[in-house]
Amino acid sequence: MTDAVALTAAQAAAAVEAGDLDPRELFEAYRARAAADDLNAFVWVAGEAPGEPASGPLAGVPLGVKDLFCTEGVPSQAGSKILEGYRPPYTASVVARLAEAGAPLLAKTNQDEFAMGSSNENSAFGPVLNPWDRSRVPGGSSGGSAAAVAAGLVPWALGTDTGGSIRQPAALCGIVGLKPTYGAVSRFGMIAFASSLDQAGPLTRDVTDAALLFRHMTGRDPRDSTSIGLPEEVRLPSARRLDGIRLGVPDDLTGEGVEPGVMAAFEAALDRARELGATVERVALPHADYGLSAYYVLAPAEASSNLARFDGVRYGLRVEADDLLTMYTRTRHDGFGAEVKRRIMLGTYALSSGYYDAYYGRAQRVRTKIAEDFKAAFDAVDFVVTPTSPGVAFELGAKTGDPLSMYLNDYFTVPMSLAGIPAISIPCGLSEGLPVGLQLAGPAFSENRVLDAAFALEQALGFDGSGARQ
Amino acid sequence: MSDVAYEAVIGLEIHVQLSTRTKMFCGCELGFGEPPNTRTCEVCLGLPGALPVANAEAIHFGLMIGLALDCDLAPRSIFHRKNYFYPDLPKGYQISQYDEPLCRGGKLGDVRIHRVHLEEDAAKLIHLGTSGRLHGSEASIVDFNRGGTPLAEIVTEPDLRSAEDAGEWLRLLRTTLRRLGVSDVNMEEGSLRCDANISIRPAGTHELGTKTELKNMNSFRFIERGIRAEIARQEALLRAGEPVVQETLHFDPRTEAITSLRSKEEAHDYRYFPEPDLTPVGITDAMLERARAAMPELPAARAERFERELGLPADGARLLAWRTELGDYFEAALADDGDDAPEPQALANWLNELVARIETDDPAESQVQPRALASLAAMVAGKRVTQNAAKQVLDRLVAEGGDPAAIVEAEGLGAIGAGDELEPVVQQALDANPDVVAKLSAGDMKPIGVIVGHVMRETRGRADGGAVTRIVRQKLGL
Ligand SMILES: [Zn+2]
Repeated sequence: MTDAVALTAAQAAAAVEAGDLDPRELFEAYRARAAADDLNAFVWVAGEAPGEPASGPLAGVPLGVKDLFCTEGVPSQAGSKILEGYRPPYTASVVARLAEAGAPLLAKTNQDEFAMGSSNENSAFGPVLNPWDRSRVPGGSSGGSAAAVAAGLVPWALGTDTGGSIRQPAALCGIVGLKPTYGAVSRFGMIAFASSLDQAGPLTRDVTDAALLFRHMTGRDPRDSTSIGLPEEVRLPSARRLDGIRLGVPDDLTGEGVEPGVMAAFEAALDRARELGATVERVALPHADYGLSAYYVLAPAEASSNLARFDGVRYGLRVEADDLLTMYTRTRHDGFGAEVKRRIMLGTYALSSGYYDAYYGRAQRVRTKIAEDFKAAFDAVDFVVTPTSPGVAFELGAKTGDPLSMYLNDYFTVPMSLAGIPAISIPCGLSEGLPVGLQLAGPAFSENRVLDAAFALEQALGFDGSGARQ
Repeated sequence: MSDVAYEAVIGLEIHVQLSTRTKMFCGCELGFGEPPNTRTCEVCLGLPGALPVANAEAIHFGLMIGLALDCDLAPRSIFHRKNYFYPDLPKGYQISQYDEPLCRGGKLGDVRIHRVHLEEDAAKLIHLGTSGRLHGSEASIVDFNRGGTPLAEIVTEPDLRSAEDAGEWLRLLRTTLRRLGVSDVNMEEGSLRCDANISIRPAGTHELGTKTELKNMNSFRFIERGIRAEIARQEALLRAGEPVVQETLHFDPRTEAITSLRSKEEAHDYRYFPEPDLTPVGITDAMLERARAAMPELPAARAERFERELGLPADGARLLAWRTELGDYFEAALADDGDDAPEPQALANWLNELVARIETDDPAESQVQPRALASLAAMVAGKRVTQNAAKQVLDRLVAEGGDPAAIVEAEGLGAIGAGDELEPVVQQALDANPDVVAKLSAGDMKPIGVIVGHVMRETRGRADGGAVTRIVRQKLGL
C-alpha cells in the first residue's frame, strides 16, 4: 500500500481496475499526505473519502483542483480575500465531468489571486513553497497544483492557464503541464481572469497522466458558448521515435534573458530529439516579441470587467459603509491584493474612451498577427519548441518588488495563449539542481500529436522527479 | 426674435421586454410577480464562474422585429459588455450590443429606424424608506427575477416633430410588436419603456439644436406630457436667450417637474468591449426563413386589406387594424357567422358600440362573443330587430353575455313589421294625435315623426320606422 503514492495516476487507475488497489485506501493515503502538507499547497482538503468509491475510467484516483474552480459547498476563493469562505451553489463543468469519470475531489489548491501572478506569492492565503527547494517559489498562478503534484500530495491536479499559469509552474516544479487549445475544455464554473485566454488543463507527473486526465476534461459544454471540444478522441501517447518530425525554435524566443543553465538543458533536450529522428530548425515568429505587451493590455482589460462583480452586494466580502460608493470602494480596497488592483487599473485605463483604439484595439491586432505567425510557422514545422520559462524557480520575494521582471516569466508562454494553440511543458533536466521545462506547441486541436511528441521525448529524457516527493 | 416659431425634433429609444420562455443568457423562466429571487440561477445572479449563453428564441424575435421594421439584418453581429457599477447589475456590466447590432436602418410608418439590438434587463431595486430613491433610502433590496430578461432596444432617427406624433407612432409600434407576439408591450408593467431625445430649432431651419434625453417614461400619457413639458422648457430657455444644456433629464408626472439626472460631463464611460464569453451571432438562411415564416400580417398591411377587401373607409380600417385586439375581434366576428354574414361596415359600427360599453381595451375579454356581435349585426340588417332594440340587446350582452336571438325572444324585442301587430298601435297613435292627422291629411308630412315616436314608445323601439310611415300613408290614403 505504501507503493500507491509511487504510482503515476494512470498506473494507480490500472491497479484499481486490476483489483490490486482499493480506491478508498488510495484516497485515504493521499488525503493523509495532503492533510500533512507543509508547502501551503492547499486551501482546503477533504475531511474524508466520498461515501461510495468512485467508479468510471479514472477508477477513483483523487484529484487536486485549483481554488478558482467552483465546487459546490466547498470553498472556492480564487486565492482572494474578497471570496474568503465563499462556497458556490454549483460545480464547474470540468470538475463535474471528472467526478463522473471517477476522479473525486481531494483538495483545493492554492493559487495567485484570480490567477494573476507567476510565483504564487499573490495568494491571500500565503505563498506556496517549491518542494525542490522550500526557499523558492513554485511558479504561478497554478502554484499549489504544481507543488502538490510534484511533492506527491495529490496524484494529479487541475490548473488554469491564461498566459502560462499551467506551463510555468509545471516547469518550475519538474512536472508536466498541458494548456489545451482554447475551447477544448469548458470554462463554465472557472472564476474568470481573462475570458478569451483562460483554459483549464492537467498538471501531472508524466505525459501519459496528462493525456488520461485531458481525455476526460475535453468536450463541448452547452453552458460555455466558446467551448468546442476536440474533433477526435484523446489517445494515450505511445510514440517512441520522432522520425520526420520538424521542431522549430523561434528566432526571437531564445538567447537573451534566458539563464545559461536553462539554455543548456533545453539544448541538450533538442539533441535527444535529434537522436530520436527529429530535425531542429529556426522558425520566424516576427510578432511574438510584442506578445507580452499585447497580453498585458488584453488580459487586464478583460479582468477589469470580469472582476467588477466582486462588489460586496451579493457574496464574498462586504465592508459596510453609509453609502453605496463607499461600500464599493472599501470592499474592493480591502478585498483585492496589490497585483489585482494594478491589473484592474491597467485594464480600466486600456478600455477607456479615447484610449481604446491605442491600447485594446492595437493589442487585438497584435494578437491576430501572432496567430498568423504561428499558422505560417506550422506550414514549415510540426511543433514550436522553447524553454518554458527563462529561469528556474527563484527565491521567494526575489521579484515581488518588480512587476515587470515578474511579467517576463511569461515571455515564452504568452504567445501560445494569444494564438489559442495547445502547448505542453515537460521537465527536460536540471539547472543548479532545479527543474527546467521544455515547451512544445502545436497547431490548434493537435493535442494528440503534441502529447505523442512530448511522450517520446519524455521517455528519452528519463527525467526523475522523485526527489521532490517526500 | 421672441416671435420665432420653433419646431421640435424628437427621436425615441424604446426598450421592449421580449416574451421568450427563458431569460436572455440563462435557462431561468421569465418572472411574472413570483416571490423575489425565485427565478434566478448562477448566471443571472452573476455568480463567480458562470457564463452566458445567448437565447436563440430572443434572436429569433429580434429578427422578426427587424423584418417588421424593414431593417437590414446583419449576417453577423456581436455582443459587447457595457461596464458600470450598480446593485441591479450583478456582473458589473450589462451584455448589450454596440457597434455591430442585429439590425440597422429601417422604417415604420413615417419614422426611420436607426437600429435594433438585443441586451439583458437589469434587476429590480426596491428602496426602503421615504424617498423611494437610492439616495437617502434606509436600505435597498434587489429582486433578480427581472434581471436577465431579454430586451430589444429600438432606436429611431429624429423624425418626430411633436409630442402627439411621438405618442401616435409609439402606439403603432406597440401594435406592431403585439401583433408579432414578441412582447406584452405593457408600459405600466414595464415591458415597454421609452426614452426621448428632444431638441428644438426655428421652424424651417435644418440644423439640429442641442438635445436632451428624457428618461424612462412609463405610460403613453406621461410620454406625451413629458415631451410637451420639455419642448416648452427648451423654448422658454431659447426665448430668454439662454442655451439648452446637453443632459439627461427625469420627468415627474405628478408635479410635471423636469430635473437633471446627469450632465454630459458626468456621462458614464461604459468601456464597451466585445463580450469574450459569447461567440458572434451568425444569421443563417434557415434562421431567416424561420423568422419570415413566423411573420403575421402587420397593422399597416391589415388596414390596407380591410380597405381593399372589405370596403372599409381608410380611417375606419386603420382604427381596427392599428389596435390588434379590435382587428382580431372584428375578423373573428366576420368569420363566425356563415349563413348570415354581417356586412363589414355595419359590423365595424357595432364593434364601436361594443367598445364604448366596456371597460377593457380588448373586446375579447368582454362577455360578448364575436359570434354574438355578428349575429346581432345580421339581425339588424335582416330587419329582425331594430337599431334601437339592438342597442338594448347589446346592453344585455355586455352585462351577462348570451345569444342575441334568445334575448330578443325572451324579452320580446323582435321587430314589429307591417303585420297585424303593428297596425293597432299605429291606429292608437293616430287617434291620440288628431291635430297631427289633420296636418298630414293636408299634405304636410313633417309631423309624422310624432306618430313614429309614439309608436316607438309603445313598442319599446321594436317597430320599424319605415313600416310605421307606410301604414300611416295607407290609413290616411296618402
Ligand atoms: Zn438565471
